[in-house]
Amino acid sequence: MDARIIQELRAIVGSRGLITSPEELHTYECDGLTNFRVLPLGVLLPESTEQVQSILRVCHRERIPFVARGSGTGLSGGALPVENGIVISLTRMNHILEIDIPNARVVVEPGVINLDITGRVLPQEYFYAPDPSSQSVCSIGGNVAENSGGAHCLKYGFTTTHVLGLEVVLPDGSLVHLGGKSLDAPGYDLAGVFVGSEGTLGIATKMILRVVKRPECVQTLLAAFPSTNEAGAAVSDIIAAGMLPAAIEMMDNLAIQAAEAAVHANYPDCGALLLVELDGPNAEVQYLMTHVNEICRNNSAWEVRVAQSDAERALVWKGRKAAFAAMGRISPNYIVQDGVIPRTALPQVMSEIDRLSKEAGVRVANVFHAGDGNLHPLVLYDRRIAGQEAAAEALSYKILEICIAAGGSITGEHGVGEDKKQAMSKMFSEPDLETMQRVRCAFDPLQLSNPTKIFPRPRLCGEQPGKYVAHPLETAGTAERF
Amino acid sequence: MDADISSQSIQGIATFEERARAIVSIEHVRTATATDIVAGVQPQLIVEPGTEQELAKILKLANEASLAVIPRGGGTKLSWGNPPRRADIVLSTARLGTVLEYAWSDLTVTLQAGCTVKQLREVLAQVGQRLALDSLWPSRATVGGILSTNDSGALRLRFGSLRDLVIGITIALPDGTLAKSGGKVVKNVAGYDLPKLVTGALGTLGVITQATFRLHPLPQESRTISCLAGNVREAQRLLLAIQNSKLAHSALQVRFVESMQPQIDVLFEATQAGLAAQVEQLKAILAPAAIIDPGPAVWNARQELYSAAMENEAPSALTKISVLPAQIAEAFETLIKITANRVRLNAVIQATGIGAVHLRAAPSVLGDTLSLLRIKFEAMGGSLVIAHHPQAAPQLDAWGNAGDALPLMRAVKQQFDPKSTLNPGRFVGGI
Repeated sequence: MDARIIQELRAIVGSRGLITSPEELHTYECDGLTNFRVLPLGVLLPESTEQVQSILRVCHRERIPFVARGSGTGLSGGALPVENGIVISLTRMNHILEIDIPNARVVVEPGVINLDITGRVLPQEYFYAPDPSSQSVCSIGGNVAENSGGAHCLKYGFTTTHVLGLEVVLPDGSLVHLGGKSLDAPGYDLAGVFVGSEGTLGIATKMILRVVKRPECVQTLLAAFPSTNEAGAAVSDIIAAGMLPAAIEMMDNLAIQAAEAAVHANYPDCGALLLVELDGPNAEVQYLMTHVNEICRNNSAWEVRVAQSDAERALVWKGRKAAFAAMGRISPNYIVQDGVIPRTALPQVMSEIDRLSKEAGVRVANVFHAGDGNLHPLVLYDRRIAGQEAAAEALSYKILEICIAAGGSITGEHGVGEDKKQAMSKMFSEPDLETMQRVRCAFDPLQLSNPTKIFPRPRLCGEQPGKYVAHPLETAGTAERF
Repeated sequence: MDADISSQSIQGIATFEERARAIVSIEHVRTATATDIVAGVQPQLIVEPGTEQELAKILKLANEASLAVIPRGGGTKLSWGNPPRRADIVLSTARLGTVLEYAWSDLTVTLQAGCTVKQLREVLAQVGQRLALDSLWPSRATVGGILSTNDSGALRLRFGSLRDLVIGITIALPDGTLAKSGGKVVKNVAGYDLPKLVTGALGTLGVITQATFRLHPLPQESRTISCLAGNVREAQRLLLAIQNSKLAHSALQVRFVESMQPQIDVLFEATQAGLAAQVEQLKAILAPAAIIDPGPAVWNARQELYSAAMENEAPSALTKISVLPAQIAEAFETLIKITANRVRLNAVIQATGIGAVHLRAAPSVLGDTLSLLRIKFEAMGGSLVIAHHPQAAPQLDAWGNAGDALPLMRAVKQQFDPKSTLNPGRFVGGI
């Protein structure tokens, strides 16, 4: 980067807000998806919205691409730096600005850690519902970019359900407010479009979030089944009975073994394990839990436990939450996949994954958010064995193709990022992708904000659209519309 | 309008009509009549395509001929928004009424935009499911129409609004593109969330041809509990206490008719086992106010206000206001103060802070009142949108202030509909 530009950026963020030494830059060369690495030209750590605006004005003038970054826990390469670009880390913008319990709203900066919001509203018995497994370290800015989910989004919805308003610095440095504290602000729902746009539309510098009252009662049932088929049938029966549990999670035998080895969750050794969490008013939960218990037994569950206290529930969840990291106990390397299928396709998709796994000689452990059909197959391999990494990558990609063929999606919560750009063409047609990119052209005509992500091919935004030209009748004022 | 443009437009229409008939059969291209008027503007032709592809072709044809297109479903909310700058073609989804895929065990349904809400409800009820949304005029309103107007009622408190229920969409763009986004599974983050972009866009970005929704089971039991609050401050206190409790109510509203005590309604949907305990808890919160068990009819309150406004011969206006839950008392007080003795008032505000307000008075009084109310609500950080304009009153902008994102909204419009073919002038800021 030009010394003059470095000087200008340093003037904005101060010396401790700018990183340019190669050894320090390595920290930022990848996110949670470590097989992609790009060294950025520099990393900026702004402390205010004004600083973010100033940085983006320089980027816009000099045509420098930028990538916003939160805690770097993303699993699709969304925060992967781009060639000849800078990284803007929002970790120093980490203030909870407002807590408004009567209206169940909080206003936060992007660097605030997900779980810290719940921590702050817990005394009033509220919580922030989206709960990605990384919630103790991941940032709200990253959650907004990826539209993060979590185990409890079956009942409570995704990040987008809980984001009511955003302050956003657009790629030209201008500031806009999307949505707001009150609902249904006049105009397009651009906050709804921004959430999940993976950093490609600008940088959110403030978020207005909804928090939720904690339920009166929470119970978690753990059931052991002979195989994923019976467990899957139980899930279908629970849904068919008209229940909407807070979470339904499934793990297969390999995933159970790994979790046991890692955190000793005291899970039964079985073909498939189901976790069903119900919450709500006491009497309602008691009644429905009896029903869930019956459904599990009717589908050949040979052991059913119900965790009642917070401590018991924490133990039941411990193994599930540690499942990804636990793979290290049974395999030197693994790929975390994230696909979605209609829940009813589960038996067919499982047997297909099983067949491909045997064919390729690569093991697959399965962990899923079974209630909403979100699969997390973990493809296990050993990099030291020649050809295994390639076989694992090929299998992981084939799993996505199975998901698409079943009518599902290539990502339920991890995002497309760098990782799944090519798979987008399998899920969407060219006109579909081209239409989505019209939004990008409106927000970021120069394509500076996390370019090269999400879309397999960038859409040319055409000649710089000139300033919007109002219809002559429009400028004449509303009173003269006729 | 100047004479040259006018004669060009007549020629354009004739050529368009001929070409349109080559795409859809003759009987589905017809001359518009007075019953087709759009917010006071008379369109010329009605076109009813039989497939989504035909719809996209017709839209492209109109766009190329620089004709203004008004998409129409059931036509129940066609008066919402500003009057169009022009209205040449009404593009009707009346023949796109097929339920395409009902994956009931996955709790999703995919259907064409012209399906009515009632038709959808009947299909879903057969297996004990529903789209958890209490929209207006269900027997005529279509899926495309409720999405475009972002219509939602009291159930929003528990289930969210349409933005939380729609998971996939297909839209036709003025250049003839037919594009889908989202998908058929509840959980999906692949690509931009265009279902949210077109929800509430009043058909100004594209014509919705198909949508996929997530569904909910029909409740086993439901029960409504009401009580009278002494005044609006007391109503708000109770409402916030209910919101701050651990009750799992599905809906909550405050009804207000001038010179009467505000009435609070709470809807529970649960199992028989869960219901009794919740009702007892609610009574404890509401005490010492007397409890009324009014039956489910109170949930028609919003519909009744809208129907009254649309069907009333006397001048009246219907506004949709939005404030925060803790501003509901202030909102009522503002309404009472500004309308005092001059305007008759009837309002229902749901606990999310969204309200319907019916105002009746002489046209000039209505105009002044609406302007004043909008200033007050916007100063509170909320909004006031005029859904039904008082006839003969000075024309007010339907939307009010769209904030500092308006240039960005115009840029989005420019990308999707650069010639302003769709619903020109009907949306915020002249979009």
